[in-house]
Amino acid sequence: MGLCQQPAKKLVTHTELVDRSQEERLYSMANYDLTPEQEMLRRTVRDFAEAEIKPVRAQLDEKEEFSYDLVKKMGELGLFGMTVSPEYGGQGVDYLTYCIAVEELARVDGCQAATVAAENSLGIGPLYNFGNEHQKRKFLPDLCSGKKLWGFGLTEADAGSDAQNSKTRAELKNGKWVINGSKIFITNSASKITAGITVQAVTGAGSEGRKEISCIIVESGTPGFTAKEMHRKLTWRSSNTGELYFDNVTVPEENLLGPRGGGFKQMMTTLDSGRLGIAAMGLGGAQGAFEAALDYAKQRKAFGKPISQFQVNAFKLADCALEIEAARNLLYKACWLKDQGRPFGKEAAMAKLYTSEVFHRVANHCVQLHGGYGLMEEYPAAKFYRDQKLLEIGEGTSEIQRIVISRYLGC
Amino acid sequence: MKIACLIKQVPDTETRIRIKPDRSGIEESDIKYIVSPYCEFAVEEALRVKEKAGGGEATVISLGPDRVVEAIRTALAMGIDKGIHIDSEGKSFDSYATAVVLANVLRDRGFDMILCGKQAIDGDNGQVGPMIAELLDIPQVMIIERLELTADKKGVTATRRVAGGGKEVYEISFPALFGCEKGLNVPRYASLPGIMKAKTKPIEKLKSSDLLNGALPLVQWANYQLPPERMAGKKIEGDLAYQAHELVRLLREEAKVI
Repeated sequence: MGLCQQPAKKLVTHTELVDRSQEERLYSMANYDLTPEQEMLRRTVRDFAEAEIKPVRAQLDEKEEFSYDLVKKMGELGLFGMTVSPEYGGQGVDYLTYCIAVEELARVDGCQAATVAAENSLGIGPLYNFGNEHQKRKFLPDLCSGKKLWGFGLTEADAGSDAQNSKTRAELKNGKWVINGSKIFITNSASKITAGITVQAVTGAGSEGRKEISCIIVESGTPGFTAKEMHRKLTWRSSNTGELYFDNVTVPEENLLGPRGGGFKQMMTTLDSGRLGIAAMGLGGAQGAFEAALDYAKQRKAFGKPISQFQVNAFKLADCALEIEAARNLLYKACWLKDQGRPFGKEAAMAKLYTSEVFHRVANHCVQLHGGYGLMEEYPAAKFYRDQKLLEIGEGTSEIQRIVISRYLGC
Repeated sequence: MKIACLIKQVPDTETRIRIKPDRSGIEESDIKYIVSPYCEFAVEEALRVKEKAGGGEATVISLGPDRVVEAIRTALAMGIDKGIHIDSEGKSFDSYATAVVLANVLRDRGFDMILCGKQAIDGDNGQVGPMIAELLDIPQVMIIERLELTADKKGVTATRRVAGGGKEVYEISFPALFGCEKGLNVPRYASLPGIMKAKTKPIEKLKSSDLLNGALPLVQWANYQLPPERMAGKKIEGDLAYQAHELVRLLREEAKVI
């Protein structure tokens, strides 16, 4: 940092320090140093997750309980609206910083990481990126402080990967949208503090036989709109997942988000960025499962020595460390591309796909190394194993990611 | 109200300590450093006093190599207004030399309240705070578990626990120094907005060589060694009367504690 070269009593601001390090960056081909702020945030979120989340994660998971207390605390830490401009109550940091925070949460608990990642990417993201000034001023400050949550209603019972097949319809009648249909598996949509949702609906016939799809804002409490918590989940049991019903839900015409017919493009843009957050969850989960596996393997003895000293296990752990390192580099590079304003869609899809599959393999090794204890909820291995599965399905399945990547290859 | 917080950066408690081959100290290369937990209580207390007083300025001060800027930054991110980093310039400091340097920084800056940890968790000496107070000729109370600002905001009531479950309560006018104990408060996390704000907060840079005024460390480190490995426990079997008898015998003859 060059601090020691400063003459005595000269005041140095951190901004100057950061600016200088960024200047130095321009001259190096690759720089793997994080900024002091990113390092500090990583430490803060790690300390927070260890002290506040770890002691309650198993209990929340067992009861399928959504923790309002943790949401409040994560809001105070500034983990919602991280990439949103301070003008709307956000933190105005880059995507890499955001992903580091998500990674550290997921290292301890995928459920709390899900609340934060889904809120930033899917709840706040579309409002911030496509909302008009009035909509942004009305909703963003409470969402960015974590006082309220917001959901993004995309998936339907019969339309997941095939989003074009959405059945939920919105008709413009006398200057009002009348919405009918239902959505499913919508994160943060059915909590007591959910302020509303962005619903993707068919608003007419588009060109070339495709449906016209638009996004519309529906506030909680609008007559005819119900959000029901979904339970008996295998995975992410203490995150809030909702099933949404729209029965002649009527909202003003100005609740349209962005242009009419822009819904499909908005969704694709949202999911491109959202993949970075999901990838951070895979990376953090893999890291957490790996640490659990390594700790256990060093302690557990068999045939007179720690099981980590058996090559069959040591090689598994070496593979985990290798893949996590590769996954982190891939994700951070994708974030870097986005933060530089360059195309990042292919790398984001790669990072989402790779980190979730790495997490799958690491969690599998973690359970295997734990033996019988890996099958019991007393150890974190079982929860990592259950939680990782979502990442190969949510926000674009692994199969969809391969389609996205292969299209970039011109296949 | 002007408050100073003295903090020390120490190895994380989870660090595996290794001794240098020449036994002059510990290997520092792969150590992860943290702010000593008792110092964090001092930082938090400074912020709370400031909040209760409805204003004022809190300064965090640390002596050490460049890496301690990270600890200063953490305090700034928690909400402290500005920092002073005193570069140790590659030298080792004992409690006395540390106290001399810090006292010389604190002197003439008009601090009402100086907060530090009751001890740092590396050397566990607990000497620097009282020495500074002595050098500055101001009162000090160490190991405090409660601090209340008086109504006129010109002093505090400080409570410390003493042996036997008793408590000592001090009423002290500023300036004064306080050493913070666990239980005084729960330190806040550095929030992301706090981290971003800390970027523009100033850190004054001083050199320890300018502040020693000829003072030299009184302690020299001749030989570092790790504490002996914990011995295996001893289990006394037999009927209760025998167990009690044997326990007393072992405590007296082997452990020599009674």
